[in-house]
Amino acid sequence: MSRPNDLVQGTLDLLLLKILALEPLNGWAISQRLKQVSGDVLQVSDGSLYPALHKLEQEGWITAEWKASENNRRAKFYSLTRLGRRQLRKETESWTRLSQAITQVVRLEEA
Amino acid sequence: MRWEHWLYTVPLRLRSVLFRRDVERELDEELQFHLERKIEEFTAQGLSPAEAREAAIRSMDGLEQRKEECRDARRVRLADDTLQDLRYGLRVLRGTPGFTAVAIATIALAIGANAVAFAAFYSVVLRPLNVPRAESLYSVHRTGDGSGNQSYPDYLDFRDRNRSFEELAAYSIVQAGLDAGDAPSRAWVMTASGNYFDVLGIQPYAGRFFHASDERGPNSAPYVVLSHAYWRNRFHGDRGAIGSVVQVNKHPFTVIGVAPPEFTGTLLFFSPDFFVPMVNQEQMAAAEALSDRSLRSVFLTLGHLKRGVTTQQAAADLNSIGADLERTYPKEHGPSTFALARPSLYGDFMGRPVRAFLTALLLLAGLILLAACANLGSLFAARAADRAREVALRIALGAGRGRILRQLLTEAMLISLAGGALGLWGSIALLGWLRAWSPFPQFPVNVPLAPGPAVYAVALLLALASGLLFGAAPIRQILRTDAYDVIKSGARSTQERRITGRDLLVAAQIAICALLVTSSLVAVRGLARSMSSNFGFHPGNALLVETSLEMAGYHGDSAPAMQKRMIEEIGKLPGVSAAGLVDVPPLFNGDVRTASIFHDDADDLRPANAALRPAIYRVSPDYFRAARTALIAGRDFTWHDDSRAPHVAVVNPEFARRMFGGADRALGRHYKLRDGRRIQVIGLVEEGKYQSLTENPKPAMFVPLLQSPSSQTTMVARAQGDPGALAPAIRSELRRLDPGLPSFIQTWNEGLSLVLFPSRVSAAALGILGAIGAMLSLTGIFGLAAYSVSRRLRELGIRIALGGSPRVVLAAALGRAVRVLAFGSVAGLFLGILATQVLASIVYQATPRDPLVMAGVVVSMLLLGIVATWIPAQRALSVDPLRLLRED
Repeated sequence: MSRPNDLVQGTLDLLLLKILALEPLNGWAISQRLKQVSGDVLQVSDGSLYPALHKLEQEGWITAEWKASENNRRAKFYSLTRLGRRQLRKETESWTRLSQAITQVVRLEEA
Repeated sequence: MRWEHWLYTVPLRLRSVLFRRDVERELDEELQFHLERKIEEFTAQGLSPAEAREAAIRSMDGLEQRKEECRDARRVRLADDTLQDLRYGLRVLRGTPGFTAVAIATIALAIGANAVAFAAFYSVVLRPLNVPRAESLYSVHRTGDGSGNQSYPDYLDFRDRNRSFEELAAYSIVQAGLDAGDAPSRAWVMTASGNYFDVLGIQPYAGRFFHASDERGPNSAPYVVLSHAYWRNRFHGDRGAIGSVVQVNKHPFTVIGVAPPEFTGTLLFFSPDFFVPMVNQEQMAAAEALSDRSLRSVFLTLGHLKRGVTTQQAAADLNSIGADLERTYPKEHGPSTFALARPSLYGDFMGRPVRAFLTALLLLAGLILLAACANLGSLFAARAADRAREVALRIALGAGRGRILRQLLTEAMLISLAGGALGLWGSIALLGWLRAWSPFPQFPVNVPLAPGPAVYAVALLLALASGLLFGAAPIRQILRTDAYDVIKSGARSTQERRITGRDLLVAAQIAICALLVTSSLVAVRGLARSMSSNFGFHPGNALLVETSLEMAGYHGDSAPAMQKRMIEEIGKLPGVSAAGLVDVPPLFNGDVRTASIFHDDADDLRPANAALRPAIYRVSPDYFRAARTALIAGRDFTWHDDSRAPHVAVVNPEFARRMFGGADRALGRHYKLRDGRRIQVIGLVEEGKYQSLTENPKPAMFVPLLQSPSSQTTMVARAQGDPGALAPAIRSELRRLDPGLPSFIQTWNEGLSLVLFPSRVSAAALGILGAIGAMLSLTGIFGLAAYSVSRRLRELGIRIALGGSPRVVLAAALGRAVRVLAFGSVAGLFLGILATQVLASIVYQATPRDPLVMAGVVVSMLLLGIVATWIPAQRALSVDPLRLLRED
């Protein structure tokens, strides 16, 4: 049960890109931020976070750098690349389109 | 866009493969950091450190699986696994150096043999001539005998009247004496039409070529173009040689240029020393080469076909010109039709046997590779069985069968690539040696075998394919492995089947090897027999003395006088029992002159009406005695049979049968030559071989040299003892007679080398392949025997412990290997007998039904079996039951 059932496939990528677009973060901080912004609605297990991050890194959308964390420990910080920004725009657009379409379908009055 | 993607990803992928350890460490560190934060969080919630740690790890949902997912994200799984397999494979192979060495050697032999065979096939058959636009270059050949010769006037007609060729060039090959101010030496000359170099479209290395514009009638272009090699060797690469005047056959010629190094004429195998214009042909060959329409002095005509003209259209064009020539010149022309072919191997004339031989060689090499693969396949299968426990353990620990197969295949690939590289290296060395080899000292013959990218590519492909082939042998075994069963009771519990696939592989391989051994023995035996068959003369202890009167300036009447003096003086030398002259000795370079003859009552002496075209030999008195050709009836020639005496001839029985209806009816009868001369048969000599060893009986006639003079003669000198010891005396005698006379002396056996070359080469090639085959069967049997001993060590130990005699132990250990060997050998011998037809086409008088060959094969295979099973047998007999039973 690595991926939460209610998280639409592929949305995790969008969330991660969006979070990293705000500021570079390490894995732990990303997991905290995810909880914080989405409350308990979007449950992302800690386990599925890292494979997803590594996948984004290998796609060239985010890049990693080892830096000192707030408590002075070495941690791997991820930040968005130019390609990542473009990807974020693309995924945001398609998400918006998809969610609008679904919203319209859901709002249809039953006869 | 795309490149930006690569910019990020390529360094990452490289890093993942090359710095795997760093990447792994970073992964650990990253996850560790997360875990620690998580632990802190749980501790803050009031859990004990141990509980907090457990909860943190649980929150990851399986740490190791997550790591694997991260590794998968790197997308270098395949490369990663392959590297791991390679490292593991190398370790395993290093652990069994004997097996590794045998396997690599086996595949190296096979790949090497294939690389050599393919290089030969490629350089001779596939590769076009090294001139521009070689694909449209064709030569003109007669349908029927495939020869390409024409008379010079005919060539001019074809050149000017055809509408198919852009331009038609011609060349001939003659020998001439070249004197550059030092001693005169013999050289091979290509006399070429003025347009030759321009038709081929090549440029000189230095100086200039001659052109069509240089031709202004007979002997109008005394120019020499040197080949690059001859310029380097004879003129030491001196550019000052260009413009100098040299004597060719005592005529002054000017050196005008040097051909480029890669151009060695348009005939593969043959590199002339220099080129002279064909209009000066008569200074080279002295006959009326340029004007006589019945003298086919042009060796080959060739040119580029016009765009859009097919070879059939061109042949039809030439045929119509030929038919017209036949109508116009009925006395000189027989009917002839033409076909187009490639000039590099003189069309099909030489091309067909060469292609057939090289194809056969390629097939045999392929068989070797198959045998090697069968051999290694069985070795690998045996090894996989030995490693059943390891494989079962890995399967039990969760390794996929695909992954295990890939690992075994990687090992096979390592072996085959290493062997391929080794084999290729060996074949390059061998090819280099063959290239430098000049099989006939008196001919500029070379073997144009160059390893090139095509050869490397084929060797690599073959190595990969054979790696896949023998690496695939254990697949079924692996797929069927029942991990539980094997680990519980060891590999030995599997039922011993009566015949396994492995046995069949080895038997097939032995059969192929026995076939190769059979063919090599057949070839060697055929060669030995052809050396001792009856040629119609005795080449043993006779010398051939070639003198070039032409090159020394003897013409007309001065030549016969000199010839007579040579015979008298050399015949008087101590140690010489007889000496005689012949224009071209029989079986000499496959060169036979023929003449059209007519019945005595014939009036219309045109070639189409000829009764017979026998071989003609112009000989001096005493030639038969010197050649030891037996006179069956009648008399030999004397010095009185000269131009003033009645014309006479000595014929062979085939001539007598075909012309007069019986060997005993020829003496005293007459026939006519084309010029109308009546000739009386005065003698009958034994049948002989004239052109090739494999020919059917051919009619031949011998006429006195004094009645049909020839300035080109070879002296046959019969020695009483060792002919080699006589050569210096003859040479100094010739120098005394005329210091400016170039001569070449060899034993008659050496003179036969060209005729024997095909059977010698095929015997050598088959011999080598047979030896490789023998070695392969050695390793194959060894592998099987060693495997069956090691597999049954425990059983053998028990037999010995129970007091089994060595015979019983050996029968148990090696019975199977010996049975497989016997079965394979018999099958191979049988295949050899089936392949008789194929072998006979390559090797003269080849038959595997020869009892000596049969016995040879049986003895060889027996010896191979004994050698191959020796070490395993020793191991089986020295089994120490105590240690063995204790160990397992």
